[in-house]
Amino acid sequence: MKDTDIKRLLYTHLLCIFSIILSIFIPSFFLENFSILETHLTWLCICSVFVTAVNLLLYLVVKPNASSKRSSLSYKVTRFLKCCIYFLMSCFFFHVIFVLYGAPLIELVLETFLFAVILSTFTTVPCLCLLGPNIKAWLRVFSRNGVTSIWENSLQITTISSFIGTWLGAFPIPLDWERPWQMAIERKYKMCTSLYVCTRHGASHCPQVWPISCTLGATFGYVAGLVISPLWIYWNRKQLTYKNH
Amino acid sequence: MVPVCWRSRCASGRRSRMQKISVLLFLAWVCFLFYAGIALFTSGFLLTRLELTNHSSCQEPPGPGSLPWGSQGKPGACWMASRFSRLVLVLIDALRFDFAQPQPSHSPGEPPVSLPFLGKLNCLQRILEIQPHHARLYQSKADPPTTTMQRLKALTTGSLPTFIDAGSNFASHAIVEDNLIKQLASAGRRVVFMGDDTWKDLFPGAFSQAFFFPSFNVRDLHTVDNGILEHLYPTMDSGEWDMLIAHFLGVDHCGHKYGPHHPEMAKKLSQMDQVIQGLVERLENDTLLVVIGDHGMTMTGDHGGDSELEISAALFLYSPKALFPGAPPEEPEIVPQISLVPTLALLLGLPIPFGNIGEVMAELFSEVEDSQSHSSALAQASALHLNAQQVSRFLHTYSAAAQDLQVKELHRLQTLFNKASADYQRLLQRPQGPEAALQTVITELQQFLRGVRAMCIQSWARFSLGRMAGGAALMAAACFLCLLVSQWATSPGFCFRPLLTLMACGLAGTIVCAGLLTTTGLKLDPVVLGAMAAAGSLLPFLWKAWAGWGSRRPLVALLPIPGPVLLFLLIRFAAFFSDSFVVAEARATPFLLGSLILLLIAQLHWEGKLLPPKLLTIPRLCFSASTGPPRHNGTHALGLGVGLLLCIRLAGLFHRCPEETPACHSSPWLSPLASMVGGRAKNLWYGACVGALVALLAAVRLWLRRYSNLKSPEPSVLFVRWGLPLMALGTAAYWALASGADEAPPRLRALVAGASVVLPRAVAGLAASGLMLLLWRPVTVLVKATTGAPRTRTVLTPFSGPPTSRADLDYVVPQIYRHMQEEFRGRLERTKSQGPLTVAACHLGSVYSAAMVTALTLLAFPLLLLHAERISLVFLLLFLQSFLLLHLLAAGIPITTPGPFTVPWQAVSAWALMATQTFYSMGHQPVFPAIHWHAAFVGFPEGHGSSTWLPALLVGANTFASHLLFAVGCPLLLLWPFLCENQGPRKRWQPLGRNEAEARVRPEEEEEPLMEMRLRDAPHHFNAALLQLSLKYLFVLGIQILACALAASILRRHLMVWKVFAPKFIFEAMGFIVSSVGLFLGIALVMRVDGAVSSWFRQLVLAQQR
Repeated sequence: MKDTDIKRLLYTHLLCIFSIILSIFIPSFFLENFSILETHLTWLCICSVFVTAVNLLLYLVVKPNASSKRSSLSYKVTRFLKCCIYFLMSCFFFHVIFVLYGAPLIELVLETFLFAVILSTFTTVPCLCLLGPNIKAWLRVFSRNGVTSIWENSLQITTISSFIGTWLGAFPIPLDWERPWQMAIERKYKMCTSLYVCTRHGASHCPQVWPISCTLGATFGYVAGLVISPLWIYWNRKQLTYKNH
Repeated sequence: MVPVCWRSRCASGRRSRMQKISVLLFLAWVCFLFYAGIALFTSGFLLTRLELTNHSSCQEPPGPGSLPWGSQGKPGACWMASRFSRLVLVLIDALRFDFAQPQPSHSPGEPPVSLPFLGKLNCLQRILEIQPHHARLYQSKADPPTTTMQRLKALTTGSLPTFIDAGSNFASHAIVEDNLIKQLASAGRRVVFMGDDTWKDLFPGAFSQAFFFPSFNVRDLHTVDNGILEHLYPTMDSGEWDMLIAHFLGVDHCGHKYGPHHPEMAKKLSQMDQVIQGLVERLENDTLLVVIGDHGMTMTGDHGGDSELEISAALFLYSPKALFPGAPPEEPEIVPQISLVPTLALLLGLPIPFGNIGEVMAELFSEVEDSQSHSSALAQASALHLNAQQVSRFLHTYSAAAQDLQVKELHRLQTLFNKASADYQRLLQRPQGPEAALQTVITELQQFLRGVRAMCIQSWARFSLGRMAGGAALMAAACFLCLLVSQWATSPGFCFRPLLTLMACGLAGTIVCAGLLTTTGLKLDPVVLGAMAAAGSLLPFLWKAWAGWGSRRPLVALLPIPGPVLLFLLIRFAAFFSDSFVVAEARATPFLLGSLILLLIAQLHWEGKLLPPKLLTIPRLCFSASTGPPRHNGTHALGLGVGLLLCIRLAGLFHRCPEETPACHSSPWLSPLASMVGGRAKNLWYGACVGALVALLAAVRLWLRRYSNLKSPEPSVLFVRWGLPLMALGTAAYWALASGADEAPPRLRALVAGASVVLPRAVAGLAASGLMLLLWRPVTVLVKATTGAPRTRTVLTPFSGPPTSRADLDYVVPQIYRHMQEEFRGRLERTKSQGPLTVAACHLGSVYSAAMVTALTLLAFPLLLLHAERISLVFLLLFLQSFLLLHLLAAGIPITTPGPFTVPWQAVSAWALMATQTFYSMGHQPVFPAIHWHAAFVGFPEGHGSSTWLPALLVGANTFASHLLFAVGCPLLLLWPFLCENQGPRKRWQPLGRNEAEARVRPEEEEEPLMEMRLRDAPHHFNAALLQLSLKYLFVLGIQILACALAASILRRHLMVWKVFAPKFIFEAMGFIVSSVGLFLGIALVMRVDGAVSSWFRQLVLAQQR
């Protein structure tokens, strides 16, 4: 493992972060009234497309793992199709998991699904790029002593931090925001008139916040993972020895 | 040979029994520590007051002595002649004093102060200037809590409402104490109300005419006010009222929405100004106008606490005829808010409400026309005296019923009152006495009344911070102790004796101290005494811990909880400090539980225990730390996890919404079937419920058959086979009757009524007798032996059937004997029992858990009956998910023979979380209105008469069913990994002994199916593990109650404290007590089974000797 590897890793990660930042600012030139929080679903789609595109691009340019010997067109096409199917399956899988974790079952299906899509983008797409549609390799990477390169190591870190970010993103849900973009927690007892007749908002005033905190959490987690992993690998470069290199 | 063996066995049996007793004693002591802490905290935090239902009446004067002014003769007079026949009470919510304060005409030099709320009530100022003898403005001081309902209660009863007014019905808010409205109604006056619909709950049916408007939406500034204005003037003009109450909410809502410093507040106050102006113009001579704010508001518009701005409210009195002898003072007088109650009562010619402790505003009782100050003073004195007599009567009645007032102070006040009363009587006999004597009497009476109020505030409205801190500290110390001792119990060199010695030392020392204290004559509260005993007995432990800490113990060792679990516990701890999270706990707990489960699976995967190594190992990669072959494959664990998540999600469908979240809809499935209309759906639901019962029953039987405990001829097993279906049948029949009771034909009514009494009691009786049977004969073992030596395992399997021959039994005893030999470290010669004999005792390997599962099922049925029918599905889910969780946990727990056994923290935490989650999915919420009161009438449709403990028991069992079940089932956490050791369905039979030769050949096979007998083989470690398990569970529960207590004490001035934190604390405390008792019973049951297994072995050996 050389420092050049780490440098390349750092640059690719910076590009990923840059793509997320772009997804926040570019659409406002083309779309009216665009903002992350008010038109959240649009942003989710755009961000997911951006990140996927950058990941694919980087994969094609950097080629972190040696390309396989068979490189016929049909092989590539089936591989690509397989990747697409895996991606879709992971979206559905995450959707099911979210519902099991308490997301609404019937209402807000689109929101939940887009949330699953963005989480898949942050986790499954890098896996697919790096490891291919190979579940066994995935399972290997996500177990102790399973990583074989700094790319896999950084994949491990970014994926886990995305999950943790998503998980932490669920915590603000019980808190009541007055508006989704107003990040100051409103003192809810302002809303109370008497001891037992107490209401947060009338139901009609409730703005739709699901799944904003979770998606933001996932994004922050992903970005944090992108930042941390090169640093962590650099820090531990003496201890890290990969068996196959 | 044999005697030696016997002696050692007896010794070991005695030691084991001693260990059991010491474990139970220690547990009881730890529970006592927690209880003492809870009790001490509660006594400091939960301000309680007894509600007396006595009423004052006209005919019965409050004390001896003639009523003043010969008032009995006059019409409409009661204790005193009425001065006003009608009253208009305008209650402007949150009308702070400075809102109404007259603004001095600002001097030309200064810039005018222009705050939106200042000087907007111009008409008050004008009236005060033009008619100084007709009107008066006061600054009234409200007592905390400054919340509307508490204030309304105070403004009508004249008392100091606390959080728990004992005796009140938690299910409704109706005021049961004597109050002004009730007095008016019983005097035949017509009370017309308009405004805030809080009054509807407080005074149901008390108004002759009422216009209620919803106070629910605080963002709505105008609905209530406009509604009142629509009706106010027409009602007033119609004249069909004696008391008119108008409760305006706009100012309060404006404060909540915008705060006082907003132009909207100016508009609202100007509107109120116009209202008052309009009322003043319409008043007739016999009418008194009272404008009052029930509390103030802070700078941000909140209220509820005890800050100066919150408790200062405006009080304005006006009458078209002259009321006051003098001009108003420069600075408005400060009066307690509840002074209004006796004043209004006497002015209207009503008796003062029985529980009033307010002091009349003497100024209003002076004679205005009569310029003689003497008769004015006499009138004031008589009003004060009546008031004092009434307060004294109340104190007398109250102190006879409750002991929370200080005796010494009570005595002092009583003497003061007696003296003042005597002085007053003397004055009456000499009507033209000196002026000074009259003033003295007035002062004395006022002193008495103020003293009473101060004493009542002291005991009803003040938190005792010392007790709260002490209680919390005690709970924290007990938690620490749990942590410490559970850590000790894991260490291999753990010994029970020092524990007991330390405990005994502490207790003895404390008892000596208490004895000394009592001999010195110091009288102490039992709560304080208990807390002191607990603290005293804790000291040796803390000292030992301190001594042991030293240098060699790193700090990490103090926190043996693994990181992720510690994080979960911390999150749970922190969540109790946010009212949002407490309200959302029903959703947060399943989330945490699900996270913990996924974390467990991920951890298993991370450790490489889920997948066979070949999957993970890529050719070039070698695994350095191979942990042996995994006991569970990945899909199995993943399936368990997903099944668990699914169960949790399904159970979440049965949720009840807290009332704070209006957008949330409670599940319709929580209501009983009887409330359903539509026969088809009802029948389907009934079918589903019965299906759940049958499924539960079938699952338990299947489980017992799987571990083949179902074939034992023991009575408890017979009960499981025949009694349980009977109980299910009884439950189903009861449901059918209860849900269709109205549809029964009239001829059968009596039968149905009888059956609905008998059936639940019969089911409960059956369950109780089943538990008794289980306690009597807990060993569900069938011993079987074979002829001939089976060479292979396959020969053994045919013996899953009933005994076929006499010969079977003949071989049992020698083999059991042989096992005994091995158990006692082979003191007997091995050669002795050599021979081609093999014995198979079924289900010995699952004897503990079989008893536990049977006990849990027997417990679950009566609890099921107390719930609504459809909750039976939740019970089914409860059993299913705890089964899945146990399996999942067992996958991660290594079996360490020969001990010490450990139960990991994640298992205990997940178990406690699941108990909380099930509490919510059974349709409970930790608030009093959400308690399922109907449970008290299961089996007692006619009510309970005067007994209170039985309905309390039934309702408590309904509320804390999940706490109880999970606590009793807690030992399963220890037992299950041993049970899971035997996974294959083929290995039903546990060979107790076999040929030596064979044993040598296949040693691992002999070891494999020992299952729970491993625990028995190491009784010391078994007892230590039980102690450790229960201490860990108590620790997890203990930090929850500690967090609740800390949250309630730190946030005691938070508005939501009485709404969220205090009920949560009470529920958590009750849940803790139920859980600890259940845990104790569960541990005791396991020990009973252990003892029974020992005696069973002993009997076999005796039989062998014969």
